[in-house]
Amino acid sequence: MSFRNTMRAMPTLLKVGFAEAVAYRAEMLIWVLSTTMPLVNMVLWMAVARNAPVGRFGQADFVGYFLATFAVRQLTSSWAAWLINWEVRQGTLSMRLLRPISPLWAYAAENIAGFPMRLIVAIPVTVLAVVLVGSKAVPQHAWQWAFFVLAVLGGWAISFLANVTIGALSFFLGSSQKVMEVWLVLYFVCSGYMYPVELLPAGLRTLINWLPFRYQIGLPVELMTGAHGWREALVLLGAQWAWVAVLGALTVAVWKQGVRRFAAFGG
Amino acid sequence: MGMVRRYWRLLGIQLKASGLLALQYRADFFTEGITSLFWTFTALAPLFVVYGERSVVEGWGFAEALLVVGWFTLLQGILEGAINPSLTGVVDHIRKGTLDFVLLKPADAQFLVSTQRFLPWRAFNVLTGLGLFVYAFAKLGHGPSVTGVLASVLLLGTSTLLLYSLWILTVSAAFFVVRVDNLTYLFTSIFDFARWPSSVFQGVARGALTIFFTYVIPLALMTTFPAQAMLGRLPLPALAGAVVGSAAFAWVARRVWLRSIGHYTSASS
Repeated sequence: MSFRNTMRAMPTLLKVGFAEAVAYRAEMLIWVLSTTMPLVNMVLWMAVARNAPVGRFGQADFVGYFLATFAVRQLTSSWAAWLINWEVRQGTLSMRLLRPISPLWAYAAENIAGFPMRLIVAIPVTVLAVVLVGSKAVPQHAWQWAFFVLAVLGGWAISFLANVTIGALSFFLGSSQKVMEVWLVLYFVCSGYMYPVELLPAGLRTLINWLPFRYQIGLPVELMTGAHGWREALVLLGAQWAWVAVLGALTVAVWKQGVRRFAAFGG
Repeated sequence: MGMVRRYWRLLGIQLKASGLLALQYRADFFTEGITSLFWTFTALAPLFVVYGERSVVEGWGFAEALLVVGWFTLLQGILEGAINPSLTGVVDHIRKGTLDFVLLKPADAQFLVSTQRFLPWRAFNVLTGLGLFVYAFAKLGHGPSVTGVLASVLLLGTSTLLLYSLWILTVSAAFFVVRVDNLTYLFTSIFDFARWPSSVFQGVARGALTIFFTYVIPLALMTTFPAQAMLGRLPLPALAGAVVGSAAFAWVARRVWLRSIGHYTSASS
């Protein structure tokens, strides 16, 4: 399975994935509607900022921040861990292994192919943010847009690679869903999903800067709402893509070791 | 009278079956416990950050808001341990057509499907919730009053009834749109709005959200009311309203269930 062959198969994989995303649009809509956490926290922070701003955040800034969080979550989410767990347990992974293309590429293609459908949700939410908050809800300059797109891609890559790594742990553990839950909790708490990271005490913030979570959601959201100058943004983007590289290497290593242990039942 | 006795015995049998099953997986107690404590962290972290900035939010201090989170966690335990497992089973029954076997049994179908499965270890959240109460009252520096505790126990009953009725309504939808396993996620995420004291909704959309979460989806009744009762702050009319309201809700849910089950057509035929 050479790289060239993989790339040749990509357009077809993407087409299939897109067709699937369209076919299951009702499910996707329910998944989107069930992403209420940013809204739950938005309401809380609006109440906190009702009389006086918190740090640099007034009520409108919180609305902008959490609507951006909602939109970015749609674009950067991945569920490969559950899929892999399921396929390992059911043995259906053997079907994927028979194909002359690494399942990792197939999972990635499925995920990416869902993007257009997710944009259909993310764009109206962003428009709503602009209506409610004004133009500061979106990047102001071309370079900010470019950085934002890079950050969303990086955020997605971290989610996806972490999902695959944890999913591949099911080769060793039987089921790695609990591990995924632990990751999710850390992600909720450390990523800026429930509150802007900059409201945390300085010590915690330094720790969080070294962890991957804030680069999944916090960074794209901050770049969308123009929280950083370009120098600072560049450093953070560098850190984000460093995590992408580390997780990428880890994913390949864990998957290669794990898949050897795979034995499908029932043939 | 004989009826009631018969259903009590049935409940006993169902509970025993689930209990025996749970005992086979004793180790789950620890894994569920650890994950429960972990998830509680997602409810507490925003509170810590918020009350790092302010001492009072919309009339609620840190310890008082902690009581609301405690109730949220406790009800989540009831939901995941006693309500969710059974009713997820109903969806499977509908999809596979095996609901026939339940309907054929000489007992009320709603009772049978609601008690078919309990996951005691999932109810660990109840313990976490109780732990949060203790912590909150230690922070407040005084215990709850006797009437407060009595009122909150009463409200525990009404909250459970409300939660269960909302669930029955959701499951009734399964007779019309079969893919309901997604709806369960939707339900759980709407329940997330019950994490905070309902007064934080006042500032949004001129109070429309408060009305929505009190009367349409009565989340305020489930967590904020019991917390207020514990603090001795819940006015008597509100308590009465909660009791009457939840009874009415349960009655509506029962009606809807009976109607929906009339729509059931076995999958195999």
